[in-house]
Parts: sequence; C-alpha cells; structure tokens
Amino acid sequence: MTTIHVNGQALETNATPDTPLLWVLRDHLGLTGTKFGCGQALCGACTVHIDGNPTRSCQLPLGSVGDKAVTTIEGLSADRSHAVQKAWMELDVPQCGYCQSGQIMSASALLANNAKPTDAEIDAALAGNICRCGTYDRIRKAVHRAADLLQSAPANAAK
Amino acid sequence: MTHKITDSSRRDFLKITGLAGGGLVLGLSLTGCSKPSALGAEGGQPVAWLKIDSENAITVLVDRSEMGQGVYTSLTQLLAEELEVSLDAIRVVAAPVNAVYVNALLGAQITGGSSSVRDGWEKLRKAGAQARMMLVQAAATHWDVDAAKLTVQGGYVVNGSKRLSYGALAENAAKLPVPTDVTLKAAKDFKLVGKPQKRIDTAAKVDGSALYGIDVKLPGMLHAALAQPPVLGGSLNRFDAKAAETMPGVKKVLATASGVVVVADHYWQARKALAAVKISWKAGPNASLSTEGIKAKLRAAASRPGRDVRKEGDATAAIKGAAKILSATYELPLLAHATLEPQNCTADVRQDSADIHVNTQTQQVAQGVVAAVAGLKPEQVFIHTTLLGGGFGRRLEVDYLTAAVEASKAMGKPVKVIWTREDDTTHDAYRPPAHDEVTGALDAQGNLVAWKLHLTGPSITARMFPAVVETAIDPFAVEAAQNYPYDVPNIAVTYNREEIGINVGYWRSVSHGLNCFVAESFMDELAHAAGKDPYAFRAALLGKQPRYKRVLDTAAEKAGWGKAPAGHFQGIALMEGYGTYMAQVAEVSVEGGALKIHRVTCAVDCGSVVNPNIVDQQIHGSILFGLTAALWGEITLAGGQVQQKNFDSYRLLRLPEAPPIDVHVIDSTEAPGGLGEPGTALIGPAVANAIFAATGKRLRALPIAKQKIVTI
Ligand code: FES
Ligand code: FES
Repeated sequence: MTTIHVNGQALETNATPDTPLLWVLRDHLGLTGTKFGCGQALCGACTVHIDGNPTRSCQLPLGSVGDKAVTTIEGLSADRSHAVQKAWMELDVPQCGYCQSGQIMSASALLANNAKPTDAEIDAALAGNICRCGTYDRIRKAVHRAADLLQSAPANAAK
Repeated sequence: MTHKITDSSRRDFLKITGLAGGGLVLGLSLTGCSKPSALGAEGGQPVAWLKIDSENAITVLVDRSEMGQGVYTSLTQLLAEELEVSLDAIRVVAAPVNAVYVNALLGAQITGGSSSVRDGWEKLRKAGAQARMMLVQAAATHWDVDAAKLTVQGGYVVNGSKRLSYGALAENAAKLPVPTDVTLKAAKDFKLVGKPQKRIDTAAKVDGSALYGIDVKLPGMLHAALAQPPVLGGSLNRFDAKAAETMPGVKKVLATASGVVVVADHYWQARKALAAVKISWKAGPNASLSTEGIKAKLRAAASRPGRDVRKEGDATAAIKGAAKILSATYELPLLAHATLEPQNCTADVRQDSADIHVNTQTQQVAQGVVAAVAGLKPEQVFIHTTLLGGGFGRRLEVDYLTAAVEASKAMGKPVKVIWTREDDTTHDAYRPPAHDEVTGALDAQGNLVAWKLHLTGPSITARMFPAVVETAIDPFAVEAAQNYPYDVPNIAVTYNREEIGINVGYWRSVSHGLNCFVAESFMDELAHAAGKDPYAFRAALLGKQPRYKRVLDTAAEKAGWGKAPAGHFQGIALMEGYGTYMAQVAEVSVEGGALKIHRVTCAVDCGSVVNPNIVDQQIHGSILFGLTAALWGEITLAGGQVQQKNFDSYRLLRLPEAPPIDVHVIDSTEAPGGLGEPGTALIGPAVANAIFAATGKRLRALPIAKQKIVTI
C-alpha cells in the first residue's frame, strides 16, 4: 500500500510503485478528470500540480510522488470557483473538452507564479498542452481574463 | 404508415432519461410518413425528443454525438426556441439508437458531414412548437378559454394574471393529439436562434466531470489493453502468454479478431502484461507496402482516363487551341485523425443483451456490429453514447469496439479496452492520399477558357457504404472538384478509383480538403500565368455566383488584400461545401527561409446561424485542424507499418503556433450550412498561395514542412 496526498486528502492505493500517477488517479482513485492523451509527456492532457508545479502525471511513477501534494482538476476548486475555471466558462473555451483539464492545470500553475503573464509567457507555459480542437485563441484570452479576475479578487488567488 | 416501435426502444428511452413517471413525452415523425404521437405515462409511441415531467424538469434527447462541435447546445437551442424556454432550463441526454433519429441527409443515425444543424433545423423547431401547442391547449381546456388568447413565457402558459407551469400541464398535454399543422416562428422573432448562447457542456468540461468514453466505470469492470498486427491488414499467428498470465492483476489473455487482448483488474497491469506476451504476427498482403509504392501506384493509375464527374463544353479541344497551356500534378499524403481521446470502448455483454458505452459517431452501425460480434440481435444491444474527445470522422469507424465486446463476452463481465496513442496513430482509417493532374488553358487575353482536373485515389465509401458506389462515383471523393465555381466555358473533371491496400476513412472535410488544395492552388497558378491578381482573376469568373463572390470580396476587403505590410504576402482561396460558402486569406512572411503565418482572415456565408458563439469556435478549430495538416501532416508506411507513433512523430499544432484568425460571418436568412469542415479544406491552399507570393515557389504537395521551400 502506498499513501499519496491528493487534493488535500491522504489516499491509499495498492498500485505498484512503477504505475504512472495518471493511472493511479484514474483507475485506482476514480479521479477521471485527469486525461490520457499520449502517455509520453507530449500532449499535456494528464497535467496535475505536484507541490504546485505543473507535471505530466503519465510520466510520474507512483513511487516518486512521496509526500508531495498532488492537485488534480477535481481539487482545483470544489465548485468551479477558481479564477481560471471562471474565465474558461466566461469565454466558453472548451470544444470537445478533452484537453481542458490539462490546459486549466497548466494555466493555473502559471498564474500562481506570474500574476500578469504576457502572450509570450502564456505561449511558453502552455506549449506542452495540445488542443486538437484548436481552442488556442480562447485559451490565450481566458488566461488574461483569469489574471484580471485574480487581480480584482486576490482572495481567490490560486494557491 | 407508422413506425414500428419495438418494446426495447421504449425501454431504451425510459432507461436513458431515467424518467418512467407521468408527464409529456413527445415522439415525432421524421420521415413524413408516420403519424406523430405523444406518449403519456400509460404508453404509446416511445421515441422522443423531449420529456417534460410533472416536476417541470425538461429533458431533451439529442440524437447527434457531441464531439466538440456544440450540437448539444445548438440542437437544443432549436427546440427551446419554439418551446419558449431558456437553455439552462434543459437537461440534455444522448439519444439511443432508433430509426427516428436517422439523419435525413446521411440516411443513418450518423454525426458527420457537417450535417447536424442542417438536418435538425426544421424538425427540432417543429418538435418544440408541437410540444408548446399541446401544453397551451391543455391550459386552454383547463381554463376553458380559447388557446389563441394564451401566451407562454419562461416555462409557463399565461392567461392574464393566471399561469400554469409546463410541468403541471404535461400530463394532460400528453393526452392530446400531436398537432400536424405547425407554423414556425419567423427569423425576426427568434430569441435564442442566431444569438450567441453559452454552451451547455462547458461547466462539466472545466471541472473534470464531463464523461468521455474513456471515463466510463461500471460495477465489476475489468480493464484491457490490445496488441494489433503491426502490418496493416496482418493477422495473429500465435502467442505465448505464460509469463503474462502470472503477472499481478491479470485475468486473461485472449485472441480477438483485432489482436491479442490482456484483461486485468487495472489498465496499467494490462499494459505491462501485454508487453510480456510473446506474439508472432502474419504480415499479410501489405508486407512490402510503402509510401513510395502507394504514390507510384496512384501515378500509374492516373494514366487511365477515369470516369466523368463533370463535363461542360469540350475542354480537350479548347486546350489544343489555346494561347497558353498550364499543367501540373498535385499529390497529397495519408493523414491520421488523432482525436485527443484515444479510441476506447466499454462493453458489458450478457447472455441476452449488451450495454456498450462508447464515443461513437455512428450509433446504428455500432449496434449492428456489436450484435454480430456478440451473437445477439441488434435490438438486444444498447448503445450509450458518451461525450467524444474529438471525432473528425475517426469515430465513424467501429474497429475499436469489437475487442471490448469479445473480451466482455469471454469474461462475463464489463471490460474497457483503451488503445494507446501509438495504437491510435498506427491503426487509423487514414485520410486518402491523392494524385491529381490538372490542366488549364488561357486565351491571348489571359482569359481562362478550359479547366481539366483528373483525380486519382482510393474510395472511402466503397468500404463504408459499398452500395453507394456500385454504379456511381464515390461522391465523397470529388466534392470540391464537382463544385468548381468559376465560369469557364470548358470544364472536364474525371475520377479514377485506385485502391491502395489499406483502409482509408472520412477525415474532417473529406474530399473538400483534397480537391480544394489542387483546385485553389492551381487557380493561383493560372492567375499568375495570366499576369493577373489572384483575387481579381477569381472574382471576374464569379459573375453567376453571388454567394461565392460575396465571401471572396469580403475576405479580400477585411484582409486588406494587396495592402499587406512590407515583407508580408497574401494568399487567397475559395470554396463551397456543406451548404457553406467560405473564402480565406492567409498573410505570411518568409524571412531567412522561415515561414511565419501572421493572420488568417475568413469570410463565411453559412446561411442562417443558430449560435454565433459556436460558429466562431468551429471556424477557428477547423482552420487550425487544416493548418496542422498543411504544415506537418503526413502518415508514411514502410513494410506495411505506419512510421508515425505518437505526437513527436505525428506533430500537431500548439498554442505558440496558432495564428490570429479574423472571422467575418455574412448575414443571411438562407437555410443553414454546415460549419465543422469547410475551414479545414481552405487553409492549405490559402497558405500555399501566400508562400508562392512570398517565394515564387509553388507547393504542389503537402505537408509544407517536407517540401524544402520554407522552414517552419
Ligand atoms: S498523457 Fe501525459 S502528456 Fe500526454
Ligand atoms: S477542446 Fe478538444 S482537444 Fe482541446
């Protein structure tokens, strides 16, 4: 049994230490908001926060998680109240939506460290997240919008 | 004539809505030959669009798959418009399989061909109107007043100061005959249609709760991984699972029609064990199939005359007598769909029935295929359509369903099979390649007097719907060649079907993407040969085509055609497809050989617009989908195996590479056109024409990254 800390909870799993965190989250813990796209750290669909850093969970073995804090899309907020989620809804970003958990996790990690990112900084932070449906224009706008929301209500800030 | 409704379809409906209580369930005729009827709590016709229960909950069954294109929102809007309720009052569920949901434009329950809104435009507004009229009539009877005196508002029927909710009226309304004489609102009275509406699926897509096929979880479900023959068209020789069978969690290793399946408690266990299975494959007929071989085969086949697709005047004679003749050959590669959600299917096969949870675009075909594999009757197979993590035509195929069905049957338990990205890239039904030979002739004044296009490629429809091509040319091989809009006195389009040994499939924009590249690139060649501006050259040939002309003019005007900043160059392209007219202008620079796309301007006339918000999404998305293909898209084969595996070798466009896109939608009250696909077809020629303007070098093949004209 391995214990990991996901969304503020200590959770036990019998998955073997070599199991990628992605499959532990999806199969063992029932957190299916984190998506499988490529399994090779090439698409970003599986992005979660590890101690606040955006991380591809498909390439992170369970055994390497240790006692670091894992945050998934389900843990970003309980009620879609995170500024990034609000901005995403305001701009109706998703099409098929499959990449969006990963996009949102990358965007929220960016804003936690950079309250007012430029277009170039957004491009750099989200370049690892593929959207096959081509929602990039709205993603860029929504990151700026989320930055505005955070500035006007800092209490709502990404942790 | 009435529809024959089986018991199982009634069960399907009640199961899917979870509403077996009283209220109004509206079933409708779509074919025009059956009588509409309502279904009360007591029974009656079970197929339905709509259920209003006594608690006022409104459920709409959407019969098209939500794959990102927004059908759950736009189709619901149509019904809600006439029902006079807001979108947030409605819950959407995916419809089951039923003849009533057949897409009239495609002849089956299929989501594709940019057809959903075109097909639903009248029938869903009519359904909403019928339900409203029945509710109003029920209220009129209750109050003993003339129905014409009543109004509706926000889910209530209003009579002066009195009002009754739809929910309170539903049960009585259900007992009334369904009105057949329905007058639909005039466009000027629309409250929802034509206005930007938020998508109803967004909230679930920002908090991780949206349910895709890959997320399905059933009690007792097992997980499975699949190994398919590496050579396309190959088959299993034998396998040795001794080592795999004793690995943790492994339940069974079995041979299925599509390959070897490992079933385990968890997916990662199945994947690890699959790697430990020793498998030997038979290569089959494609053992030496290569990209070069396919190209050579198409080239050789092109020497046959082909069948006439379109013939006006005498192109051959006109070419002979022309002042200037231009000929070129264009070639296009195979492409993968690369939906971001890899193929997967969850099957629960029992003795006498089966539940299939799947992200399909083709419910009826799925039902039939599952039934055949499971040894059941189609009506014993229940298809639950989940959300699709992208479709693009990939999920018109049913190849990814069968292994789950076989494994579930063998295990007596629900089984979910998930393909890896590598499985997905190497086992697609690829966008067909093309070998197209084109000739144009100009008179001494530079007028285009003849245009001759000879298309060669494999047929998708021959495999998918063989009856269609028994006597006719595959209509989905020649779309934008047949549609060539320019007023040229002598036109000849011919088509040669030449199979290449592997499956080709419908890929977003289908033959528009293939045909447009040659037609619109070559128009550019002809304009330059005639010494004319590419925009003016086209515009002069569109005197009889006002809708084409208007989008062309609009795109040119909005893009500032001819006024690009120093060092920037423009390319233009034009098409019609799916009832939608579109022109695009791409603005590029090539500095030190490096291509940069600065801006894409798109003018579109898609007739009546249901939801401008979704139109904007679809145009952006379709253009970037086409741009990805134009820049990098190519599937190559060696020894019958696909050489691209994952997103490192099959590159998809990323955020920093996405150019700004300006969308200009023409106001129109024409019937709605489809929007998911035209943008994909046009961006390739628009960019290639801009690259010619910048470099003087013509792209006659894609992807751009491979042609050594510019670097990306
Ligand atoms: S699934 Fe992890 S990066 Fe693609
Ligand atoms: S919304 Fe479909 S992949 Fe991004």
